[in-house]
Amino acid sequence: MRNAFADELTKLAGEDERVILLSGDIGNRLFDRFRELVPDRFLNCGVAEQNMTGMAAGLAMCGLRPVTYTITPFVTTRCLEQIRVDVCYHELPVTIVAVGAGLSYASLGVTHHANEDIAFLRALPGMSVVCPGDAHEVRAALRAAVSHDGPVYIRIGKKNEPLVHEGVPEEFRIGTAISVREGTDVTLLATGTVLPMVLEAGDLLAAEGISARVVSFHTVKPLDEELLADAFGSHKVVATVEEHSLIGGFGSAVAEWLADRPRVSGAQLVRVGVGDWYLHEAGGQSYARERYGLTAENIATRVRAAVLEPAVSD
Amino acid sequence: MSEGNDLAAVAARMRGTLVELSQLRSTAHLGGCLSCVDILVALYWRALNVSPERAGDPGRDRLILSKGHAAMSIYASLAMRGFIDEDELWTMHTPGSRLPEQPSPGSIPGLEAATGSLGHGLPIGVGQAIAARVQRHDYRVFVVMSDGECEEGSVWEAAMFAGARKLERLMVVVDYNKWQATGRSQEIMALDPLADKFEAFGWSAYRVDGHDLDALVEVVTNLPDGSGKPVAVIADTVKGKGVSFMEDDNNWHYRIPTEDEVAAAHRELGLVPS
Repeated sequence: MRNAFADELTKLAGEDERVILLSGDIGNRLFDRFRELVPDRFLNCGVAEQNMTGMAAGLAMCGLRPVTYTITPFVTTRCLEQIRVDVCYHELPVTIVAVGAGLSYASLGVTHHANEDIAFLRALPGMSVVCPGDAHEVRAALRAAVSHDGPVYIRIGKKNEPLVHEGVPEEFRIGTAISVREGTDVTLLATGTVLPMVLEAGDLLAAEGISARVVSFHTVKPLDEELLADAFGSHKVVATVEEHSLIGGFGSAVAEWLADRPRVSGAQLVRVGVGDWYLHEAGGQSYARERYGLTAENIATRVRAAVLEPAVSD
Repeated sequence: MSEGNDLAAVAARMRGTLVELSQLRSTAHLGGCLSCVDILVALYWRALNVSPERAGDPGRDRLILSKGHAAMSIYASLAMRGFIDEDELWTMHTPGSRLPEQPSPGSIPGLEAATGSLGHGLPIGVGQAIAARVQRHDYRVFVVMSDGECEEGSVWEAAMFAGARKLERLMVVVDYNKWQATGRSQEIMALDPLADKFEAFGWSAYRVDGHDLDALVEVVTNLPDGSGKPVAVIADTVKGKGVSFMEDDNNWHYRIPTEDEVAAAHRELGLVPS
């Protein structure tokens, strides 16, 4: 995803002279082409994310379209105050791009895990929160963000994630989810890096005779309410899957939406995500995902149990 | 002779306004407002290339009052420079007013950034100074900070970056009144030697009497200063300056003057109503 990000950003910088990149001393060689193309619009801001974010606000105040970039915790929670006050309070078009969503950097330890960022950022007024499901969506999301007249947070994986779309989805809009597979029994809503895993869970369910619609619910804020209303109105089980804490993330956002609409359906919401604990031992992304129950098998098991469980009203 | 020709008179009238406004609207932080009056007068009346007619001009100079708790003093400066009607000042801190106790973004012409949380103005100002380079403008950026504010790490992140980038059209003025909310700044954090700290971060630094208008004007109008570096002005000031019973008394960080105290202050400032 990060290569797609760097490549698309380079194209955007060539097309739009307002685009300026602020990197937090990361991406060795990743931005070589960007620097070659527009050297005065590449700023290595060092290991100083508060300043990087405040500067982005200052640049945006002057009409530029800054993009800040580094590893997720450092470009979000480390400088949350600057995102809140300098960017969101001033309603500025700053795009914050976080590399290493969820457990992408599992092996580097909890300092580099990112399972709370959606919760923090979606609480900020005016902030859009976008979690692309593959590299093609990264390109589309970046393009949409840079032309959006307000702050956007884009949460991307790392590298070598499987592609889901055949090309950049033309229909990509911030706030409009994309159905990637149709199904008649349950709806699986995936946000971000878990999309391929959720498709796999759909395969497992299909093998058991459960037809699952799979949606790339790339925008956590604003929610695609139309799609949610349709999913909860037509299917018995709706599952949210995210590489993020179950507190305050995508599943929480859907649960909040549902709580405000008690008559929308009798569909059961199943939330799959990261539990409320830190992982202390060593291990890569697949190990960490397994420890948190973030696997296709577990998603399928949870959904199957919900399908078989008699509804409370029966 | 217009008021702008006599900066001392401008400063005295502004102080009188601040004391009265603090009393009428129960607005705190009067001590820190009074300490930065001369700095703001030197900047707004002599250094800044700004005017109400071209408040949105991309080529205008920028001033960010990073010590947002001194909002009254920037509101008064902008009102006296004609960016808003002076009558509007008296709506400050009333429900629905454009003038909250700490500035809101885009609320009034001339207000470049909302501040109030310390340590935010300099990074924003650095961004504006970089934008000038990218967009080929020759405006300058001025950031007024408090001394307590220099305890925020973000200030030094920005200072280090500005030094590396040699942002020679960027100036910081520190209102060095030696007090912060609850004590002597030098006792709470080792701020001194402040000018040396900026120099060590790649800045050109000056120390000046922050109530000597001639000295202030000389230093703040000298940007770029020829060093090729960003410029830090450490302005030695007195909290509560201009009113004897408020000077260097930190109670006036929070205290609101009585009507009698306002009258006494106005007498000292030579503003006795005719």
